[in-house]
Amino acid sequence: MTATDAHRAIEAIWRIESAKVIAVVARMVRDVGIAEELAQDAFLTALAQWPEAGVPKNPGAWLTTTARNRAVDLLRRRKRAERKYEEIGRELESEEAAMPDLDTALDDDVGDELLGLVFTACHPVLSTDARVALTLRLIGGLTTDEIARAFLVAEPTVAQRIVRAKKTLGAAKPSFEVPRGADRGERLASVLQVLYLIFNEGYAATAGGDWMRPQLCEEALRMGRILAGLAPQEPEVHGLVALMELQASRLKARLGPTGEPVLLLDQDRGRWDHLQIRRGLVELAKGEALTREPGPYLLQAAIAACHARARVPGETDWARIAALYGQLAALTPSPVVELNRAVAVAMADGPAAGLAIVDGLAGEPALAEYHLLPSVRGDFLAKLGRFDEAAVEFERAAGLTRNERERVLLLSRAEAAARGEVA
Amino acid sequence: MRFMVMVHATKDTEAGVMPTTEELAAMGKFNEELVKAGVMLAGEGLQPSSKGARIRFDGDKRTVVDGPFAETKELIAGFWIIQAKSKAEVVEWMKRCPNPTGAMGMLEIRQVFEAEDFGDAFTPELQEQEKRIMAEAARHAKG
Repeated sequence: MTATDAHRAIEAIWRIESAKVIAVVARMVRDVGIAEELAQDAFLTALAQWPEAGVPKNPGAWLTTTARNRAVDLLRRRKRAERKYEEIGRELESEEAAMPDLDTALDDDVGDELLGLVFTACHPVLSTDARVALTLRLIGGLTTDEIARAFLVAEPTVAQRIVRAKKTLGAAKPSFEVPRGADRGERLASVLQVLYLIFNEGYAATAGGDWMRPQLCEEALRMGRILAGLAPQEPEVHGLVALMELQASRLKARLGPTGEPVLLLDQDRGRWDHLQIRRGLVELAKGEALTREPGPYLLQAAIAACHARARVPGETDWARIAALYGQLAALTPSPVVELNRAVAVAMADGPAAGLAIVDGLAGEPALAEYHLLPSVRGDFLAKLGRFDEAAVEFERAAGLTRNERERVLLLSRAEAAARGEVA
Repeated sequence: MRFMVMVHATKDTEAGVMPTTEELAAMGKFNEELVKAGVMLAGEGLQPSSKGARIRFDGDKRTVVDGPFAETKELIAGFWIIQAKSKAEVVEWMKRCPNPTGAMGMLEIRQVFEAEDFGDAFTPELQEQEKRIMAEAARHAKG
């Protein structure tokens, strides 16, 4: 093995282990920035020693122990300055003495510490941008440069964001424990929001750009799966992972030959990743088994599953989708959800039923600039033979969309309607 | 990125020799680690080739031959599909696998083709990674 091979292997091991090492140290020193530094020290030591001495049998345990020892030194030095850390120092020393089998002990504890780190990185005191950057950095193990390229911002911007995030956390002094009390719901929602944000950033990325962007979907999924393993009793976690797997399963079918977006109903389902769909359905089942009151992620996943199960668009269970949107609207009412519900209802019960719902959204300020509202209304009107009204709606939609291909499509639908045809 | 990891077949796997309880437990624990790390996409064992078949393609001709197949070297006994950032990462994961087929075993790792549009972008990313590793290695060679 050449030196470069050895370094590549050690770096790969680091990618696998870094989050857990940082998590263990963070729980000890109660500071994310210092934890990251101490973990980095352990990594650099490994880089220096392992090529000669060989990779240890349990590299994760070696890295964690090395970082922990540095943390103990740090805490002892602090102890001399501040007596209150003496407790922790003493606790650690007796912990060290009593630890017979380091490997299994670490395995048992690390889960809780890693989960604690996830919650800390997604702390609501931080801005969303900060939470995203910190999560990708500490849990995902991405470099600052990779994060910057993924979000199309300059590297110094991301570096600053992470520095400020660590300062804010330092001031807020979060507990680093896994929230189990009254705030668990809110804290968990924050974590799920961050993961889904990262996923959507990757999902929205067009192909051919920096390859870091679509890779965000993989990162979000990987972190989501880790979270599902750490908090298996949380239905919304399974819901989010299911939703991401099911959405990601369509990534390859989303773009046409000239890079134009292809709507779900027009996609070549042979290009859907069916192994991924199966994983998504398994996660959905796990989530649904845990609760009789599905939350928003489980509901959205269930909707995605209806599409995923249909071998051809004609087999789609629109009635079920409409019902699910109804449940979603009850939980998280929004005009966009209502609009989606209208589409599903129209597919199940005919355009008149859909139109009734859409007409109720006419004055919605949130949808004032949303081209899909007039587009959908135009579609219903055309199918009901009200062609003049349909043409007006399609033209209005064409004026609102910023996507050139979509604009052309909407104008051609307007023309067809003017001719008395459903395009 | 995704990688397929294939378990090379042996005389034992072809003979349908079942893993011991300990071997199953160890493999189960390893698979659990892959799942907990969020990198396990699929993993299955394959039944011996005696239950399988081959289809030979020759122009328009199709010839079906039922197993078993004599050349064990040409066969696989199982596979995983793993999500990873690099081949090196999969290698480090699979080194932790308990011996897949008794005392002696072979795992083969192949990268899965992703969407063609990534094609050009691969090389610059890997080049950057190389540069970073070389720089680190150089820094440590200097001590």
